[in-house]
Amino acid sequence: MAAAAKTTPKHADAPINKALTRDDKIKLFRQISRIRRFEQISLKHYNAGKMGGFLHLYIGQESVAVGCVSLMGPNDHVITAYRDHGHALAVGMGMNECMAELFGKKTGCSKGKGGSMHYFAPDKNYWGGHGIVAGQTPLGLGLAYGLKYKGLKGAAMCFMGDGAVNQGAFHESLNLAALFDLPVIYIIENNGYSMGTSQARSSSYTGCLAQRAEGYGIAWEQLNGEDVYEVRARVQVAMERAHSESKPTVLEIATYRYYGHSVADANHKKYRTKEEIERYEREHDPILIWRDHMIKEGILTDAQATEIDQEAFKEAEAAAVFAEKSDWPDPSEIFDDVYWEVDNQTVASQSGRHFFND
Amino acid sequence: MPRLIEYRQAIREALDEELARDPMVVLMGEEVAQYNGAYKVTQGLWEKWGDKRVVDTPISEAGFIGMGVGASMLGIRPVMELMFWSFYTVAWDQIINNAGMVRYMSGGLINCPIVVRGPANGGTGVGATHSHTPENIMASFPGMKCVCPATARDAKGLMKAAIRDNDPVMFMENTLLYGEKGEVPDNSELPEGELFIPLGVAEVKREGTDLSLIAHGRAVLTCLKAAEILEEEHGISVEVVDLRTIRPLDEETIFESVRKTHKAICVDENKPFCGVSAQIASSIQLHCFDDLDAPVLRVSALDSPAFYSPPIEKLQLPYPDVIVAKALSIC
Repeated sequence: MAAAAKTTPKHADAPINKALTRDDKIKLFRQISRIRRFEQISLKHYNAGKMGGFLHLYIGQESVAVGCVSLMGPNDHVITAYRDHGHALAVGMGMNECMAELFGKKTGCSKGKGGSMHYFAPDKNYWGGHGIVAGQTPLGLGLAYGLKYKGLKGAAMCFMGDGAVNQGAFHESLNLAALFDLPVIYIIENNGYSMGTSQARSSSYTGCLAQRAEGYGIAWEQLNGEDVYEVRARVQVAMERAHSESKPTVLEIATYRYYGHSVADANHKKYRTKEEIERYEREHDPILIWRDHMIKEGILTDAQATEIDQEAFKEAEAAAVFAEKSDWPDPSEIFDDVYWEVDNQTVASQSGRHFFND
Repeated sequence: MPRLIEYRQAIREALDEELARDPMVVLMGEEVAQYNGAYKVTQGLWEKWGDKRVVDTPISEAGFIGMGVGASMLGIRPVMELMFWSFYTVAWDQIINNAGMVRYMSGGLINCPIVVRGPANGGTGVGATHSHTPENIMASFPGMKCVCPATARDAKGLMKAAIRDNDPVMFMENTLLYGEKGEVPDNSELPEGELFIPLGVAEVKREGTDLSLIAHGRAVLTCLKAAEILEEEHGISVEVVDLRTIRPLDEETIFESVRKTHKAICVDENKPFCGVSAQIASSIQLHCFDDLDAPVLRVSALDSPAFYSPPIEKLQLPYPDVIVAKALSIC
């Protein structure tokens, strides 16, 4: 059942979207499908007790990461919070390394040291994966600072949840972003709930959360995240602002998570109704919306779309097999990756004791 | 004739030389540029290096420290001043979780070559919130390095090593030492052309045979005074070991001294509970048990928040008579 696309033609007709080739659009569909399937398979194995800790699923929000990341050039960077699987796959991290990290295996992207909330791929301009709410917001600022310092034309997209807007670190970051004219884009993925507390019960604001940027003299915009066309068209404006004016932007993108704050969130069907969740799945699902575009534009047939989805499903299943078969980290690795100097056996690492186990 | 300069000038020279050596080095912090530094450590550097290299930040420690950590992931080398190290509390998450943990959690994909520097001491009548000595706290996190220089020479040489280090280095200075003059050779006198003291190397500041005093930061100077009294008034020969770096820690120099003197007192300006001296005492009893002729003693700050009233606060920090009395109890 295809959801009715809500996009107005103007978003699909934006130059940045007009520039998309047929293959680009199919790639976006493949990415969005891969994120969904990856997380569905990871949920299955989480529930089977194969993983430790938390699993914060991005299911329902995929169009935001995919749309934003699709705008990245060589000097654009991404950093996000703990709901980080979607952004990781969107920047090009492999399902195998991501799944193995969830399983706590040696082959994981962080060698089993980070887990679900801490994926990183600096080679893909992806800087995590951060567990403390809003803790990444000054880091995103720092990425922008680094770009500007080096004279590079780039932007740092710093994703965060709506629950992060009340942390002091975020407000300090906004002030510094405006004060130093830094090319950072704060992207509030507003799924309506900071864990179990609704926006109305957690934030005081005028208009919308992004409007708080006004107090800092920062441009802001509120948009709908369910359609990749809209995300691309409107985030591109902020990218342009970062690239050509070295100015920050705060974006608030409306989205929705189908699952709880984490899988361990036992109350997620209590603080919101079953009907609310079902309505989003039916009317606002980003995959169904993009699929609908593809079919209406004659880019994919229904059968071809299903085939791509099935490929994603198989890839995710294979990733789980890979993760399952991978070795656990060796206890000898406990003291690796603590100090750069020690890892690299430099002269600096030769003096003094670094570890104090006995 | 030896060149005597103030501790603050020694640090300034190190900053200046590193700004010249590496275009990625940036100084940032509150009042470090146009105001010339709250304690004048960075005096003249903004005028010399300009807005790009010496950056005034608002009073926003979580924001600008986190910004520096993020920039360091892209290869910038920020040297960030906390006007008082006591303000680390409001930047805790950025320092500990981000700078300290990101390398481990990324499986070694990232490193943060930052320095966080500033004064970390009590004894100045500014009340408890401004008198923290967090070297024990910072050094307790694997991933962190922590340096506490006692002299102008060490401050310069260690600062240069800290800036070149590719791990986060917490560099703790002392407002009571900023005006202290010490001998610091001019670069032209040095065969390597610069003063560079590696992290993780302690130094015996005074040789002796009867007792080892093991200290860091300003407590080293207190120990040297106590050692003089013990020598002159009691005929006790005291060795003073200056740790210089808390982590990485040069344990060998400590053990060597204790194996020679057979008695040790660990002195620090930390509070006693889990202070640096507790760690050192534990290591000594483990590694030098058979060499010891007396229990390892400790002298730390008195176990209360810093007292404001100046004459009372003086009593809270270790002073020579306290060390002398402890020494006499085992010598």
